[in-house]
Amino acid sequence: MPAADVLADPGSLRAGLAGTGYLADDGLSTVAWLAHSLQRPLLLEGEPGTGKTALAEALAELLEVPLVRLQCYEGIEASQALYDWDFPRQILHLRAVETAAAAVPGAFPAVTGQDLEADLFDERFLLARPVLRALREAPCVLLVDEVDRADDEFEAFLLEVLSTWTVTIPELGTVRAQTPPYVVLTSNRTRELHDALKRRCLYHWIQHPGLERELAIVRTRLPQVDEALAGQLVALVQQLRTDEDLVKPPGVAETLDWARALHALGASRLDPETAARTLGAAVKYREDAERVRMALERTLTR
Amino acid sequence: MYAVSTGAGAEGTEVEGWEIGQTLGGFARACRAAGLPVTADRERTFLAACAAVGLDSREHVYWAGRGTLTASPADVEPFDRVFTGWFGGRPMHAVSGQEPPRTSTLQAALDEPDPSGGRGEPSDQMVAAVASTEEVLRHRDVATLSPAERAAVRRQFATLRPRPPVRRARRHTPSHRGAVDGRATVRTHLRNLGEPSRIRFRRRATRARRVVLLVDVSGSMSAYADSLLRLAHRMVQAAPRTTEVFTVGTRLTHVTRALRERDADRALLAAGDAVPDWSGGTRLGQSVGAFVGRWGRRGMARGAVIVVFSDGWERERPELLGEQMRRLGALAHRVVWVNPHRGKEGYAPVQAGIVACLPYVDDFVAGHSLATFQEVLDTVAEARERHGILRHA
Repeated sequence: MPAADVLADPGSLRAGLAGTGYLADDGLSTVAWLAHSLQRPLLLEGEPGTGKTALAEALAELLEVPLVRLQCYEGIEASQALYDWDFPRQILHLRAVETAAAAVPGAFPAVTGQDLEADLFDERFLLARPVLRALREAPCVLLVDEVDRADDEFEAFLLEVLSTWTVTIPELGTVRAQTPPYVVLTSNRTRELHDALKRRCLYHWIQHPGLERELAIVRTRLPQVDEALAGQLVALVQQLRTDEDLVKPPGVAETLDWARALHALGASRLDPETAARTLGAAVKYREDAERVRMALERTLTR
Repeated sequence: MYAVSTGAGAEGTEVEGWEIGQTLGGFARACRAAGLPVTADRERTFLAACAAVGLDSREHVYWAGRGTLTASPADVEPFDRVFTGWFGGRPMHAVSGQEPPRTSTLQAALDEPDPSGGRGEPSDQMVAAVASTEEVLRHRDVATLSPAERAAVRRQFATLRPRPPVRRARRHTPSHRGAVDGRATVRTHLRNLGEPSRIRFRRRATRARRVVLLVDVSGSMSAYADSLLRLAHRMVQAAPRTTEVFTVGTRLTHVTRALRERDADRALLAAGDAVPDWSGGTRLGQSVGAFVGRWGRRGMARGAVIVVFSDGWERERPELLGEQMRRLGALAHRVVWVNPHRGKEGYAPVQAGIVACLPYVDDFVAGHSLATFQEVLDTVAEARERHGILRHA
């Protein structure tokens, strides 16, 4: 399907995403479509494991463009997001020129300082990092993952790039995106992002999906898993999320892992024993495991 | 190519028709009046989004509005309210991560001045005479002040000097000693066309460490809540990017945004509006648990200095409070517990809630007067290394 058709309206974007195995609800597909149509970055927040990162991957697959990913972390700097010069190679190059010039006098008639410098700050010594790569390779999907982990200064820098779509490299000139990349930012809300950045973006809070949609997700992603098993498992996970006061409620990603684990063991229906054995796929805290085991006893042995 | 224009789209697209524009603009302004962060450019984006998505479906306008006018999950509920109020019809999605407020049992307030308390003054007139000196006011229990004294103390909050605690940053900074900075050295060599020259050094830089304040606003703390929020306001103003404030009571409320307002009185009013459980009961264990689950574990508490302002009156399940404090302590760099009653004579930490918490608390300090508040600030600023478990008798 050509990309222009997929992006005709929110409904077709939703259908297109479903084609890649990502089931978006009305809200998400509308906001994702608006992000494209208004050429704004899309800021996604939500519980871990609700498919924030997966959306960017699905979009890239659907639009048949590359996905450029920038994983943020504490202390990330512009040089890790934009570009850097390959210093060791530059030195090596200098030395090579020097040695060659000394060995064969006259072979390099007039190596002036300026020439050499222009040579050094050449494209081949430039290490393009994700943001610069995204601007060059656009159209593409740029995923800025877990932006809340980066520092404020980095946020300000991102804001600048996201509003102008240009990056200036003093030695080379200005790089401007032909078409702005589709930008998806994700945040786990470990801290409140700066208002200026939020203002620039469209905002969407992703919730855990309801029973039907989660079941549909499992069926789409893992068609090999037995239907009855999938139904039982999703019902159980939904119940764990709402009723049990878990330290870390399982996300959709965990449901999928659990279903995969059960399938690998050849289970065709969920019984307390197999469920307890494969629990590690979905529940990652000791306290939670205790609670879930008790819940399993209650719900599955009836 | 995904970026093929779909006709509508670019910013500044006018919504057709003056009346429709007025209606939508009015809706955006109503959202602003409801406390959403709607600025003029957000309003413009909202109109552009409506123009792009079309006005023929209620759903579309709703999602266009939610994507452009809200900025956090807490905004969704007021947005839904305004949307239903403005456009009529049934409420859209009841998307709310918050549990509904439960009725809380009011507890006995502790604002009676302790008769055995050493600084209890014998008569009102004498209090008025003494209160004229600022120094004395600094040491008075804020719960026992007269209105005039309270006003004087409020002004004195400006004299408190919060300093954020520091941590070692990932980044390095040039220095005269320390480890050899390979890249900077190579860069210097490069500048000299590859000739070896000076060796550069670097050391780790320091950055402000995150501070999270959990302020108990339940009934038993009501005499202190105002002062504690003023203290929190000072701390937020001193380090706005690294300080987060929550109120705990029967519910957990994030009030950092309200306290970013520069004027203390206005900030406190805004915070008061945001807190639904003012002077209610206490479910400290659950509120702390909600903080750890929803915010702390995802990163806010990691490596942070956590300051809990509470008297530790947990009636229902002290063991739950202890368990949650253990989880909090495991994440945090340091846990400081500020108890207004600790400064009073004859106080012993015997309440079940406090007893359950103390093993996981690094500093247990008083906080009932301006002087003790400054001590709290100093404790927070000097939270450099972890002492481990509090050696508290």
